[in-house]
Amino acid sequence: MPSGETPPVGPGEFCYPAPRLQKGFNLPGDNLVEVSGLHFRRSGRPIFSGLDLAIRRGSITAIMGPSGTGKTTLLRMITGQLRPDAGSVRVAGLEVAGLPREALFDLRRRMGMLFQNSALLTDFNVFENVAFPVRENTRLPDALIRQLVLTKLHSVGLRGAAALMPAELSGGMARRVAMARAMVLDPELLLYDEPFSGLDPISLGVVLRLIRLNNDALGLTSIVVSHDVAEISAIADHCFVISEGRVIASGPPQELAASSSELVRQFMAGAADGPVPFHYPAPDYATELLGEWP
Amino acid sequence: MTLARELLDGFIAALRKLGAAVLFLVEILKQSPGALARPALISQQVRNSGVLSLIIIMTSAFFVGMVIGLQGYDSLSRLRQEDILGAGVALTLFKELGPVVTALLFAGRAGTSLASEIGLMRATDQLAAMEVMAIDPIRRIIAPRFLGAVISVPLLTAVFNAVGVLGAWFIGVQVMGVDNGAFWSQMQEYVDPPDIYEGVLKSFVFGTTAGLVAVFEGYNSPPTAEGVGMATTRTVVTTSILVLILDYTITAYLI
Ligand SMILES: Nc1ncnc2c1ncn2[C@@H]1O[C@H](COP(=O)(O)OP(=O)(O)OP(=O)(O)O)[C@@H](O)[C@H]1O
Ligand SMILES: [Mg+2]
Repeated sequence: MPSGETPPVGPGEFCYPAPRLQKGFNLPGDNLVEVSGLHFRRSGRPIFSGLDLAIRRGSITAIMGPSGTGKTTLLRMITGQLRPDAGSVRVAGLEVAGLPREALFDLRRRMGMLFQNSALLTDFNVFENVAFPVRENTRLPDALIRQLVLTKLHSVGLRGAAALMPAELSGGMARRVAMARAMVLDPELLLYDEPFSGLDPISLGVVLRLIRLNNDALGLTSIVVSHDVAEISAIADHCFVISEGRVIASGPPQELAASSSELVRQFMAGAADGPVPFHYPAPDYATELLGEWP
Repeated sequence: MTLARELLDGFIAALRKLGAAVLFLVEILKQSPGALARPALISQQVRNSGVLSLIIIMTSAFFVGMVIGLQGYDSLSRLRQEDILGAGVALTLFKELGPVVTALLFAGRAGTSLASEIGLMRATDQLAAMEVMAIDPIRRIIAPRFLGAVISVPLLTAVFNAVGVLGAWFIGVQVMGVDNGAFWSQMQEYVDPPDIYEGVLKSFVFGTTAGLVAVFEGYNSPPTAEGVGMATTRTVVTTSILVLILDYTITAYLI
């Protein structure tokens, strides 16, 4: 390759040709993910009714919202595991729901996702869990895989746990292994589903810094679903607050914290009651308590 | 009226499920070339489910062989025909009991463990995680397990038949005193290649059935503890019924 055309190579990319280095792919400032007019129902109940959001390439975007508003569901739509009833979800300019299988798999090779419950493969040890996507998706020699996996495990502080089985890990350790696995192929988009829940303050700080570091050093785009307003505000460039199927507020964290909207302040301050309902939709409490036994 | 209605609904639900299972089979077969390209994954499954079932298959086969040896001796000696005991035992085992009992035992031992393993992988998002890693779980997880069953059941059937014949020989020749030479020579005389083919055909069909039911139930089990438990139970029930129905169908067709 003529040196004039060599794109900048970030750390961790030494052994895998990351697809984002393709020409024209790294235009700064455009949106990597665009969701518009998203409608989705589950068991007859609307989860999204006209959700719009855009995620800028290279940024860390926080998605916040009360439990059960569909944050995980949104991530599943971005990875093409669920199809919207109406509206569009575009990733890197591609309409995810309309992609044929092979193209969808190609797109997924450019994403990594950290599942809410880690989702480690219980039959494999920590090392093999992290190595799994590499072994399945590339033909790298074993020596290189070893290096790659150990580097990633080291960055989450678990190189020493490489031989443990998932059942022998604590929840927080499993989370960090899953994180190493999600980043092992240096994706350009990383989705984190509640990466902080169940972490002690030290590992929380580590994970927080890791998200920021990965994002900046490797030029990733990160979407972080989290309830931890204070933590996520420290690293996010942009926040979306979702409630009842729509985005109810968006902006940089400082702006949201100072927002005049009661709704947003309730969420940012963590007040139990306010415009964002604490309760799942239900008939009137008194009526139900005093009513007929069904 | 309502009973007829319920029966009809049940029938329609069963047909739906059958259709879904056939589509699932087509999907597995589509991914099978990819799975066959990695024989290590399949041989690992053959070992897993084969070794799991081997002890129970051999124990059962020995007792089944002994009981048909005993019953056969009892019936045949009334006709003074104990010499053909070997032939009778071999035909019963090779054509019927071997494939059927092996498939039933396989469903109980290996099928249930396949269904619960896959169901748990679904419940803990392991299958979803694979999909997001651009790895097709049908190719990586389901197809090798299905093919492992298709290969294991005929092999286990062969073991069952061999051990069963030994069991019958032990009772007939060693205990009841049937002539050893007659036992084996009559077996050679009366067992023809088509009898063997029938058994082999059945064991492949039953292996396919047992494997498909187990992976289908596991893959489609609701992601809850109860759901996985139900899928495990249904694996045994469905496999047993299907094997018995198919057994009759194949026999009627071949005779
Ligand atoms: N398989 C399913 N079938 C039917 N409804 C579902 C299913 N999965 C989720 N839901 C519903 O979809 C809604 C959104 O679920 P989702 O998991 O996306 O919430 P969430 O925002 O991630 O919540 P949390 O913060 O608690 O993880 C919930 O109200 C839930 O009841
Ligand atoms: Mg969630």
